[in-house]
Amino acid sequence: MLELYDQQIAFYLPYWNIPINWTIASTWIVMVVLMIVSWLATRHLKTGNKVSHWQTAMEVIVKGIYGQINEMTKTPMTYLPFIGTLFLFILMCNILTIIPEFKTPTASLSTTAALALMVLLGVPFFGIKNAGVKKYLKKYIEPSPAMLPFNILSELTSTGAMAVRLFGNVLSGVIIGSICLMLVPFILPLPMQVLGLFTGMIQAYIFAMLALMYVSSVHGDEEEAADAASDKKPANANETL
Amino acid sequence: MDLAAILGSISIFTAGLSLAIGASAAGLAEGYAVASGLTSLAQQPDEAGSISRTMFISLAIVETSGIYCFVVAMILLFANPFWQYAISLAAK
Repeated sequence: MLELYDQQIAFYLPYWNIPINWTIASTWIVMVVLMIVSWLATRHLKTGNKVSHWQTAMEVIVKGIYGQINEMTKTPMTYLPFIGTLFLFILMCNILTIIPEFKTPTASLSTTAALALMVLLGVPFFGIKNAGVKKYLKKYIEPSPAMLPFNILSELTSTGAMAVRLFGNVLSGVIIGSICLMLVPFILPLPMQVLGLFTGMIQAYIFAMLALMYVSSVHGDEEEAADAASDKKPANANETL
Repeated sequence: MDLAAILGSISIFTAGLSLAIGASAAGLAEGYAVASGLTSLAQQPDEAGSISRTMFISLAIVETSGIYCFVVAMILLFANPFWQYAISLAAK
């Protein structure tokens, strides 16, 4: 009864005869959907008052993600492609669960572990990009060098917890749906699936926000200067008052 | 009772126990978190966006222990690592 999508073979690659399991197959479906929609939306980009419906929808989505990132960091454009891709991919996976027979890839630990691995690699990437190697490595001996193993451990466990959290939430929704289908197959699974949709959206948001928190944990010099300036401004305002 | 029956009953009992403890503790903790989040939301409605964002992220972090219990229960029920061993002993 447990939905082990990793062990269910969807089809075989025609020429090489390689088995493709349902996790990979449905990941490809989600990728195709995302690519077609973004191709349709960015086909005729233009400025002015008369823009297409697709472009308006895309602008709303990108602007929303940009606004959320902008509230948490000083340089949103650095993180927008990475965080936005994570958010849209997980959101699309979780929303497509309402289609019957669609086997969502986020209910498999392989997908969520791969996403969390990307976040784990993103921490040194964005840290070095923002602040340089020296300042990034200094983060690990921050209070004292004795904390080095614990800092490394916390980096690994926090991203691992992200993977297990997304996997467990989506899997619990899928399993509750199938259990209700066994007991009362008529009306009762419906509110459970609505709850699963809600949980899926919340989880996509939370995964993106936590990834943003971990990835932007090492600030650059300009960002600290901006922090200092914004700290100074209210103080001056108080003096003038 | 052979080994497979003992292993099966202990696995099911432990899965139920871990879900019971994990779900109740995580639910209690999330209830506290939501209660204080709503209190601060009522006190400062202007900061609604910031408060609710922080509350959702903290809820997710609190919920992780409950999710761990769920994953362990699912492993015990459906992907028990000792099950193959018990079956191979029973086949002898």
